[in-house]
Amino acid sequence: MSAVLADMRETVAPATTKAIAPSKGGRPWTFYVLAALFALYVIALYGPMFCIYILSFQDIRGGLVFPMKGQSLHWFVDLFTQVRTGDVKGSFDRSIKLAVIVTIITVVVSFLAGLSFRKRFRGDTVVFYMMIGSLVAPGLVLGLGTGLLFQALGLNASWYTSALGAQLSWTLPFGVLVMFAVMSRFNHVWEEAAYDLGASRWQSIWLVMIPVLAPGLVAVALFGFTLSYDEFARSLQTAGSLNTLPLEIWSMTLNVTSPSLYALGTVTTIVSFIVIGASLGSIVLIQKKRGSGAKG
Amino acid sequence: MQPSQTPPHANLAGWLYVSPLVLVLVPFFVAPILVVLAASFFATDGFGGLTPDFTLASYIDVLHSALTLKLYLATIKFTVLTWIFTLIIGFFVAYFLVFHVRNQLLAIGLFLLCTVPFWTSNIIRMISWIPLLGKEGLINQALLAMGVIRQPLEVLLFSDLAVVIAYVHQLTIFMIVPIFNSMARIDKKLIEAAIDAGASRFDIMRLIVVPMCKSGIALGTIFVVSIVMGDFFVVKVMSGGGSASVVSAFYEDVGVLQYPTAAASAVLLTLVLVAIVSLILRTVDIRQEITR
Repeated sequence: MSAVLADMRETVAPATTKAIAPSKGGRPWTFYVLAALFALYVIALYGPMFCIYILSFQDIRGGLVFPMKGQSLHWFVDLFTQVRTGDVKGSFDRSIKLAVIVTIITVVVSFLAGLSFRKRFRGDTVVFYMMIGSLVAPGLVLGLGTGLLFQALGLNASWYTSALGAQLSWTLPFGVLVMFAVMSRFNHVWEEAAYDLGASRWQSIWLVMIPVLAPGLVAVALFGFTLSYDEFARSLQTAGSLNTLPLEIWSMTLNVTSPSLYALGTVTTIVSFIVIGASLGSIVLIQKKRGSGAKG
Repeated sequence: MQPSQTPPHANLAGWLYVSPLVLVLVPFFVAPILVVLAASFFATDGFGGLTPDFTLASYIDVLHSALTLKLYLATIKFTVLTWIFTLIIGFFVAYFLVFHVRNQLLAIGLFLLCTVPFWTSNIIRMISWIPLLGKEGLINQALLAMGVIRQPLEVLLFSDLAVVIAYVHQLTIFMIVPIFNSMARIDKKLIEAAIDAGASRFDIMRLIVVPMCKSGIALGTIFVVSIVMGDFFVVKVMSGGGSASVVSAFYEDVGVLQYPTAAASAVLLTLVLVAIVSLILRTVDIRQEITR
């Protein structure tokens, strides 16, 4: 992410505008057509989501469609107090814990894998394609395989063992791909300078690479957390008897036809937005601090 | 550098750093795939019990069933439609952001605006179409009010149309990001040179932008195709049970404990996916593109 942004800053800024669309004066007609397309896309992207946020604040008469019937927090209370909707609180709790564990493992393992792929080594292609395979394989099939494997080994499937592994098989390839993009912009001169000044391998990683790559590592953490927090297909056969939040939502879509389903959507989206905001905010903060440090 | 020329210590360091990744992928990707492969050759008692046996019965069942062909045709239909729409929308959204937005901060902001929903729940984004597309939903209400239709359209929700809408809604981002990434890397001097040489804007798009975005398009295609072909919950929920895909049939098989049949169909699907992905990979060196 941040790598893409950095890329933008370097290349797009000065020259783009000159060529295809003039940077001053009248815009070509294509600008207006594409701007309209873009606006429609963004409306279609966010519009439906905002509909369910609004509808989740209806009162007890509320239904699944507009018009809005009253305003209250009834369905939010309903969500966390009714047994009929299932164990929302417990699954919420488990999903957050699981996402934190997945995030930590994803950041550490992706960073190390990123280090290894900077140079060729024997068998690197095999590892690379294993990773791509893990990314594109149908999640439900992998989940079933993992479930059957645990069964065959006589292990109990649970959210913190089999589901954790199944989710890592999804978050790690994303994490490593983001790490590739981040690492490809790392200037090796800094690392060599550290070695020349007598740093050990460990010191050069801890004192030079990690601070320089910090925004990229935050991006990897964002991917790890949100992909785990929303993961569904791979967890379905591996979570054991206790549900994670997306599994809870899935069972609700099949049997709950009240706005409490929308209320759950609002609650989980708020959590996602807090995580996204915190990650992007800290990336901006790091960049800003760096900018002022360089000037001063 | 060829692996054969790699000094031994580089191999050692490489494997040391990559070993945690391998330690996760072997038990949670390689082993499950092998388990499914093994299960596809096993016999079943019909109650979820598996007998270690070597029989092709499940494959024969799957290949002889008329349902299989129907499922694959439905899956391919969804995949192709979704691919076309995500590609067109994704390409032009990226094109707009890279070549038409003059202020770079604004371009970054708009790009982020497109990516934010990617980090929220897919299931929630899918069900959020219900208040819009439903029989009493906003679209029907609006069309009725305008007098375009007399009776609410039932084809909007719980239909193939709804399935494709949900896919395009979720997956366009997978096209935008890689295409945007390759577009942002195009050297702008190249385009200036083309303009100086008298190329029209359409020529520039056809002869420079599209060819140079090939890797981005290929990456986006891999994501979209593999996700649609591996999906089951969008098909199940948005079609209201009316349509099925290969994986949603797999899900039903697992539900009634028909593990070998499910496994055989999963192995076939995986082979099809591998064939498609390797075809795409032949046109572009994905690793080179990513690590560049």
